[in-house]
Order: sequence, then C-alpha cells, then structure tokens
Amino acid sequence: MGQCQCGNSAESKEKYFAPLMKILEGYEKKEKDLIPVLQKAQDEYGYLPQDVIKEIANQLNLSFSQVYGVVTFYSQFHLEPRGENIIRVCMGTACHVRGAGEVLDKITEELGVDDGETTEDLKFTLESVACIGACGLAPVIMINDDTHGRLGADDIPEILAQYKE
Amino acid sequence: MGESIYRSHVLICGGTGCVSSGCKEAQDALVKELKKHDLATEVKLVETGCHGFCEKGPIMIFYPEGVFYCQVTPEDMEELVEEHILKGRIVQRLLYKEPTTKENIPSYKEIDFYKKQQRLSLANCGHIDAESIDEYIAEGGYEALGKALTEMTPQEVIEEVKESGLRGRGGGGFPTGLKWQFAHDTEGDKKYIICNADEGDPGAFMDRSLLEGDPHAIIEGMAIGAYAIGADEGYVYVRAEYPLAIKRLQNAIDQAKEYGLLGDNLFGSDFSFKLQIKAGAGAFVCGEETALMASIEGKRGMPRPRPPFPAQKGLWGKPSNINNVESLANIPLIIREGASRFNSVGTEGSKGTKVFALTGKINNTGLAEVPMGITMREIIYDIGGGISGGKEFKAVQIGGPSGGCLPENLLDLPVDYDSLIEAGAMMGSGGLVVMDEETCMVDVARFFLNFTKSESCGKCTPCREGTKRMLEILNRITSGEGRDGDIEQLERLAENIKSTSLCGLGQTAPNPVLSTLKYFRHEYEAHIHEQKCPAGACDDLLNGYVVDEDACIGCTLCAKACPVDAIEGAPKQAHIIDLDECISCGACEPKCPVDAISQA
Ligand SMILES: Cc1cc2nc3c(=O)[nH]c(=O)nc-3n(C[C@H](O)[C@H](O)[C@H](O)COP(=O)(O)O)c2cc1C
Ligand code: FES
Repeated sequence: MGQCQCGNSAESKEKYFAPLMKILEGYEKKEKDLIPVLQKAQDEYGYLPQDVIKEIANQLNLSFSQVYGVVTFYSQFHLEPRGENIIRVCMGTACHVRGAGEVLDKITEELGVDDGETTEDLKFTLESVACIGACGLAPVIMINDDTHGRLGADDIPEILAQYKE
Repeated sequence: MGESIYRSHVLICGGTGCVSSGCKEAQDALVKELKKHDLATEVKLVETGCHGFCEKGPIMIFYPEGVFYCQVTPEDMEELVEEHILKGRIVQRLLYKEPTTKENIPSYKEIDFYKKQQRLSLANCGHIDAESIDEYIAEGGYEALGKALTEMTPQEVIEEVKESGLRGRGGGGFPTGLKWQFAHDTEGDKKYIICNADEGDPGAFMDRSLLEGDPHAIIEGMAIGAYAIGADEGYVYVRAEYPLAIKRLQNAIDQAKEYGLLGDNLFGSDFSFKLQIKAGAGAFVCGEETALMASIEGKRGMPRPRPPFPAQKGLWGKPSNINNVESLANIPLIIREGASRFNSVGTEGSKGTKVFALTGKINNTGLAEVPMGITMREIIYDIGGGISGGKEFKAVQIGGPSGGCLPENLLDLPVDYDSLIEAGAMMGSGGLVVMDEETCMVDVARFFLNFTKSESCGKCTPCREGTKRMLEILNRITSGEGRDGDIEQLERLAENIKSTSLCGLGQTAPNPVLSTLKYFRHEYEAHIHEQKCPAGACDDLLNGYVVDEDACIGCTLCAKACPVDAIEGAPKQAHIIDLDECISCGACEPKCPVDAISQA
C-alpha cells in the first residue's frame, strides 16, 4: 500500500511531486514545519503515501523514521487512501449519553464498513471522534465540513443520501 | 465611521451550533426577503459568535427592540420581515417559551437561561460581529493593551493580574499572575507566550465559542501577557477539529496587523509582538503543556517530566508561558477596568466567573457564564431548565476525563476549584454533562477509561498499561462477567496510576472510576453480584422484563407497546411477559401507569 502510482521515470516522478514542492515553497523546511507540511500534503494527496512521506523527510532533512513516527502519532494523518466524504461520528461524553452509539451503529449498517474503514467505492470513510465542540446539539456527526446535530438513527439514511450522488 | 444609519440591526448567531441548525439558510432567506421589500439598505445583518443557547438555535435578535427569536427557519423570514420590521409587531410564535410557565418571552434578558448568568468573558460573544475589529474596538477593545503599554510597567501588569485572583481556566487552576511572574523573572533573550486552544475535553466548547465569537480578546490578552513576561512571539495552538475558529482567529490576526495592533513598536512603545496559529493534528495529550510545545516544535506530542517548568525551559528551550483561551479572554477586562472589577465576583479562593458547557440530559444545552460559588443546582435547574424528558437527575459529570461524577446530595455544593477537588471531581475545562436515571454509572466510567486508554501517549508504563487493565475490568463488569474482588482491584490500580504517571493525563485518568465508586458503588455491586444494570443501559445484562401480577391492572398498554408480541393477557387481568420472546427493548416499562413492570 501507499506506493506512488507514477511508474519510475524521472519525469513522472517530478510530476507526482510537483504539488508537494509547491507546498514546501511556503516553508523554511525546518523541523517545526513538519506538521503543517504533512497537513497540507494530506489535503493535496488525500492521504500520505509512503513516497510522499519519504520525500518530505528528504526535503526537511529528517530521518524517515522520525517523520513516520510523527505521522502515526497524530490521529489526523492517514497512511491509506480515504473516501471522498469523511464521516466523523462524535463519541464524546455529551453525545455518548444522548445515544451516539445507535447513530454509529446505523451508519455502520448503512455503509457496511466499521469505524476507521472506507467503503469499497471510496465514497465514504467512517471515523469516530471525541467531541467536535457542538455538544449542545448532541448527538452530532460531521460529514466533511458540515455538522449535523440532534440526530436519531432514523435520520441517517436521508443524510447519507445527500452525499451519495 | 461614515456608515449609513440603519433602522434595525439583526444579529444572527453564526456559531458552530447555529450553523449546523441551519442559520446560513435562514440568513440567505432573510437577505432575499429584505431585498424584496427594498429594505436591504435599512436593515443591517450582523453575523455574531455564539449566544450560548445552542439548544434553541438558530437564534436571531432584532434590534433596537432586542427581541430574541429562536429556532427560526427560512420559511419564517417572510413573516419576520413583514410583521416585525415593517409593522413593528412581534412574531409571538417564534419567541422563546419558558418551559415552566409556558409564557412567551420577547427580551432575552428575561429568559431564565440568561438571568442568572454574569457574562464577563463572553460579553462580546453574540453581540459583536466576530469578523470586525471595529466593533471590538467600539466595545473598548484594545484599550487595555494601550493602557498596559503606555501607562504600566510589566511588573505593574503582573501585580494587577495577581490582585485579580484569576486562576487558570485550563483545568489546573494555577494563579495566572504568579505564572506570569515566573516567566518574567527568568532571564532570557527570547521568550514565548502560548495560548492553549486544544480543548480536548469531550463535552466542553467554551474555548471554541470564544475563538469564534470574540477572537480579538484572545489576541489582546496574549499581547498583554507577552508584554508582562517579556516575550515578542506567540503561538495559538488550536485543535484541527475547529476549522471555523481557525478561520475567524486568522482573520482577526490579519486585521490586528493591519491596524498596527500586532507587529513592531505597538502604541509607539518599543514592544513588538507577532502571533501565529498552529493547528493541532488530533491528539488529546497535546493539551498538556509540555506535549503541546513538543507538537509546535514538529515532534510527537509526548509530555516530559516537570521541572523544568515551561517558565524555565519551554518552547525550543526558551522561557515560555502557556495559558488557556478563557484565562486570556479575562485579561483585557482586568487591565481595562482594574482587578476589583474581577475579584469582586466569586469566592474566597476562586475569583471571577467561569463558563460552563451544559450538555447531556438537560433541557437548555449551551454555554453559561456564572459567578464562581454558584451552586450546581442553580446551574442545572435555574439556568439549564432541569432534566429533559421529565426524568430523574442522577449525576453530573464535571471536568471531563480527569474529573468526576457528583450525585444528587452534592447539588448544593458551591462550585469552585477547591470544593470540587474535595468532592472528588475537578473544574477541568468546565464541561458539565448531566446524566439521568437511564445512564449507567459503570458505563460512564468505562467510557472515560476507554477514552484515556486510547489517548495515552504510551510514554510511561503506569498510564499505558494501567488504563488498559482498568478498562478490561470495566468491560468485564458491564458485560456481566464481573468477579469478586474486581472493585478492590480497580481501586488498587487507580491509586497506583495516580501516584506514578508522568503527566496529568495518567495522574487523573482514574478519577472517573474513583468518583463513581465513591458515590455509586451499589451500581458496580449490582453488576457484579446480581448481574443487573440498575439503569437498564448495559445490553448484556438485560434478561427481559417481568410484570408484578399483583400490581397489574390489566390496562393492556404494555402489550400494545411490545414490538414482538411477547406480552399476553386479557383486559382487566394480569399480564405476563414471555421471557423467551422478550428482547429487553424496554418499550413496555414506561407505558405502565402503575409501575408494575421491572427488569427480570
Ligand atoms: C492530558 C491533559 C490535557 C489538557 N488539555 C488541555 C486543554 O485542552 N486546554 C487547556 O487549556 N489546558 C489543558 N490542559 C492543561 C494544560 O497543561 C495547562 O495547564 C493549561 O493550558 C495552562 O493554562 P491556564 O493556567 O490558563 O489554565 C491539559 C492537561 C493535561 C494533563
Ligand atoms: S461530545 Fe459530541 S460534540 Fe461534544
């Protein structure tokens, strides 16, 4: 997993890394830039392919293991391709006591994937998170940047349908 | 400022809560309606930060009258424009209805939710356009910074903050003035000030609302702090889950730069200050100060032992000072109006106000800022409107994963830093999650342990392994396989983890277990010895329901409610539940008018 899909010619490699190089232009390429660079690279590539991680390590003059260590420490970074739509189901305290478990179960059932997995058609990735700060509307889910609150399991099919096209 | 005069202002809440309740759609519809009636130049729309009353969102306030409309939809806009704006008639059906008296309340100051509040740090939230520096300045913004830089020495600023009695709102409650003094006293050619906006405690969202609703207050508080300790550079570490907060804060930083309120030689002094945002990457432990600094440096966010404290060796080894968002939001007021404005409110050991996030099984969810020393009962019943769904109160969880659960008989406890610690909970960030009779306290403890276990960074063994072992025991208990001695083992593990963990995460992780054991031990015992979950929440422990045949009046309501037809009996005769058919859904229990149904 996570190999670059560019073949090995120097030219296609250059093309593959071009967006990364553009991102790096905005930074001093020091250790402190690592997390912002990884964040931007993930926005660009959708996840963090191994070749991209290697190139970032190279450019920032850090060891691959150090960069890999950072990537795996933070839950925001992903080593596998992700779905077009990211569903974040809040499992925070406020949502938990207002029935977030049932909401998660319903989504799992509708999409046929478990927490942390991506559907085969790469449409949806399902994640549980701890609190998105909209606890007043618990239970809450976030799909991409949209927050949906005051949910019951019955609301789920309709909400998912909006993103299925 | 050369703006045209408007006949009305409409404040629209643009906080995260109201955005997800559909305020944008309502706003678009309002704009259309105003255009249709040629009022676009006469009515000014102001998008504000959070009003705190998220339960009733989307919220709009119409000025000059100050009428508070809640749960508005795009379809309501036509009526609001034609009735309220054109004819000056209040639209009764969109007003807030007091749940107890069923009365419509037009002015928000009269609503119970706001009446007992004292909004000092949230004063601007919901009242000014969060994206306009001019509105912040019009409310006295940046006056405090000017005063500090032109009339006060750094030591005088520190004395004022000490005098105010402000204690850190990030959880620990350490006196802010004293912390600034330490950073001030450390020699160093370079110092940093950091704002902790990681807000990891699930169930708390006051920092988010402050950043979204009044970002300039944080900038001003940081600049004053930087001047006091001698720093010239600052970072705000915001969690990545808060995109709107990041956007508003960045916008505010850009405006402040443009106005010369950030940058070189502020107010003609030789004090210079630059500020930038660092977005977190999803790790709860990064809220801990040493881990947070490691994360800014680009490393894995692992805590390190203290001392040395950040004031001695902080970011990149330089003396640094780290404060929570809400702590910093109080600074401009303290400097502008003097320490007495702040310390005249509160209790002996805890001055000022605290913002609480009210969530869970409570009628009015939202943010409430109250004076320290108020009782929990006032917060939950007077402001929060009591328990939702007419259920019984069981406990309130305060302080998040580091805190504890307080039972009914502690509701009259005055809430401050010290009283909460004594009761086995802690202030934490101020998240209050209310739980009713249907919440299982063992399950709550298990929920928190599951959280701390997965968020443990793994550096120290007691926290990494200990939380895992505790969770295993709790899983066993909630699935009906609890053993004799489990409770004692939990207590032993808890004490060891508390006393030997490296950072606050491990040192406080057992608190939810210890406090539920202290006040709800019988629930643990029922799970272990009787294989019963008194709250009826643990699925594995549900063995169906039974009818007390002597009490049953044969009304047939239970049989009608049963989704699997497991209840038999003729009208006016005792009913019987077939336990082979019963799926323990619990639908029958609340239907019984004589409480004859209970768990088997
Ligand atoms: C595991 C852990 C998580 C923490 N999370 C936060 C947080 O999200 N926000 C915060 O302000 N403080 C948090 N703290 C407390 C900080 O370490 C620090 O004490 C605080 O930011 C200091 O600011 P104050 O003095 O203004 O409260 C956390 C501490 C621990 C041990
Ligand atoms: S607990 Fe779910 S949004 Fe806060």
